[in-house]
Amino acid sequence: MKLLRIKAVAKKELIQIWRDPLSLAMAFLMPVMLLFIFGYAISLDVDNLATVVYDRDKSSLSRELIAEFRESGYFRVIEYVENVEAIDRYIDSGKASVALWIPEDFSKDIRTGKDAELQVIVDGSDSNTATIAMGYISAISELYSQRIMGTRITPLIDSRVRVWYNPELKSRNYIIPGLIAVIMAVIAALLTSLTIAREWERGTMEQLISTPVKTSELILGKLLPYYLIGIIDVVISVLIVVFLFGVPLKGNIFLLTVLSSIFLFGSLSLGILISIIAKSQLVSSQAAMVVTYLPAFLLSGFMFAISNMPKPLQIMTHIIPARYFVTILKGIFLKASPLRLLAIETILLSIFGVTVFLLANKKFKKRIP
Amino acid sequence: MVERIKQMIIKEFIQVLRDKRMKAIIFGVPIIQLLVFGYAVTTDVNQISTALYDLDRSFESRELAQRLESSGYFTIKYAPESSREIRELLDRGKVLCAIQINRGFSRDIKRGIPTEIQVLADGTDSNTAMVAMSYASRIIAKYAMDKGAKKIEISTNPPHPPLVKGGEGGLDVRTRAWYNPDLRSKNYNVPGVIALMIMLICLLLTSMAVVREREIGTMEQLMVTPLRPVELMLGKTIPFGIIGFFDMLLVTIIGTLWFNIPIKGSIYLLTVSTAIYLLSVLGIGLFISTISKTQQQALMATFLFFAPAVLLSGFMFPIENMPEIIQYGTYLNPLRYFLIIIRGIFLKGNGIDILWPQILALLLLGAVVITISSIRFKKRLG
Repeated sequence: MKLLRIKAVAKKELIQIWRDPLSLAMAFLMPVMLLFIFGYAISLDVDNLATVVYDRDKSSLSRELIAEFRESGYFRVIEYVENVEAIDRYIDSGKASVALWIPEDFSKDIRTGKDAELQVIVDGSDSNTATIAMGYISAISELYSQRIMGTRITPLIDSRVRVWYNPELKSRNYIIPGLIAVIMAVIAALLTSLTIAREWERGTMEQLISTPVKTSELILGKLLPYYLIGIIDVVISVLIVVFLFGVPLKGNIFLLTVLSSIFLFGSLSLGILISIIAKSQLVSSQAAMVVTYLPAFLLSGFMFAISNMPKPLQIMTHIIPARYFVTILKGIFLKASPLRLLAIETILLSIFGVTVFLLANKKFKKRIP
Repeated sequence: MVERIKQMIIKEFIQVLRDKRMKAIIFGVPIIQLLVFGYAVTTDVNQISTALYDLDRSFESRELAQRLESSGYFTIKYAPESSREIRELLDRGKVLCAIQINRGFSRDIKRGIPTEIQVLADGTDSNTAMVAMSYASRIIAKYAMDKGAKKIEISTNPPHPPLVKGGEGGLDVRTRAWYNPDLRSKNYNVPGVIALMIMLICLLLTSMAVVREREIGTMEQLMVTPLRPVELMLGKTIPFGIIGFFDMLLVTIIGTLWFNIPIKGSIYLLTVSTAIYLLSVLGIGLFISTISKTQQQALMATFLFFAPAVLLSGFMFPIENMPEIIQYGTYLNPLRYFLIIIRGIFLKGNGIDILWPQILALLLLGAVVITISSIRFKKRLG
């Protein structure tokens, strides 16, 4: 391996990247866009659920109950309806996801000391929202029934629930650090997966083959410029996350940089490996989406808890580098984990990177088929 | 004209299907995506790995642990011996939830004195934490109630009334979930995945295939043939539309057979609305091809459109939770409408009487996008 030749390939690749400013701009726009969407546009928190109310009782007690739901902030009453068919219509068309149905003798039952009934209909098609909504509903009605009964019952067991690391349970704080891993995986997939395939498709590979450059030099030379773009993207992302979103970076920045580099090395090598195998840009891009982006998004635990997946899929997540990087990012950002706690992840990421790199070297045939 | 378009379509199919890898991609990728999405994107929370720090070591504490485990929501994986160990387990992410039963728990319960249980949840995953906490509180409350109830059997004068249902003047809440009574997240996700997947495949195929001709120089050959721009455009989109349709069929069959997702509505309506949806998707693909010079650009631009389109469609994140400006923006997103249509048909059995606004919107959107793209396409060729 000669440094000179690696440098020459890297320089050529850099010039090529530079000549395509549109792609380069998009490479820097990508993390910004994804972060903004996750930071500002979407939220996993369930609140403001569109609710319709069918109040047949129309008493002060029923109005109090409705007010209780309203003021919780989780439910937004959009309409008072006068019959059951209207509830059907609202839930069917998806205009409302919750319906409260207060029967006629609601207040009478409460006054006479009977159990009053409250019917709640939840649109279960979005199971996640429905589960959380049902939790809120039972909490609000428990509170209400305690209040109208006048006495606060001392529960036999007082469960003290505390939340660590993210006490306000903001979904943003949880998702955003892991998002950096997804962004890196995407950049790697989109950039490197085309580099080798492009040379084959355009016929410039023949020129490269006729030079004395060795396989490992070629791959390293191609990796370097993209590593540069990747690490700039990491910096952009971290800056946005910390300064714009105010997610605290509790851990060590230096550690974050080193571990990001290890992850990038593996992901970029994977992109190149795909490119070597696929040989056509169209195939390569599709394969890259499936092999890097999709697993990083779905199987890394960045948003969807791995422990909820079926066993075979859980085992599969072990070969996905983004999984380890997400753990590392969340650890460094939210828990200030030192390297000691992240040692296993770091070692596995390194093994992954080296393996894929060697595989890419082996798969690349420096001759014209 | 028809003959020329036919020839062009044949050429396109030969080109796509000639490459063995491409064939694998067209048929394999949707299946992989469906399986991974179907299984991975479960927002159902169960089997939460839990640490139980049992200081009491009594019959009651074991009984409570048993209750937590048999609920199916908690799997007790560790039995730490100190608070420090709990911290370590949570720090390493080995458990998401830790429950501490203090000394004197059984004694207090027997005497009917209020006792305390600590539940610690790892809040990094706020959603799971919230659900875990609410399950834990519910199970513990139920246990307390049962303990109280047993007391009623022994003595008629319970020292502590049960917690939840007051019996006297309390509130009896009956909650029902419609459409998806078991709250299976697969039922919700799989139709969504179908919509998203045909979008990705069709976008990439259309945008890159056109640019490829330009990049490797075969566009010039096409230009010297008697093909007119419109014919070229149709020839470049129809094959990918057909592939998209085929993938749709494939994934729908697998979705219904493998994941047992019901199709409650009309398959006919589903077919028609898919065709209308493809119109806008192919139009966008074509548009991307007119602004890209290289396949690299086409790929990046496709992703730059696809990622926000998915995130801002209501696929995973409810639109009503988004800021208002962005909510208006989602009206330009074809995926938004198609998700409502496909979920409505699959889960709710909606008919055209409910879905017509979405179908109309897709039709309009498709018409506009196709018009703009074909104008640009012709200009670029001319």
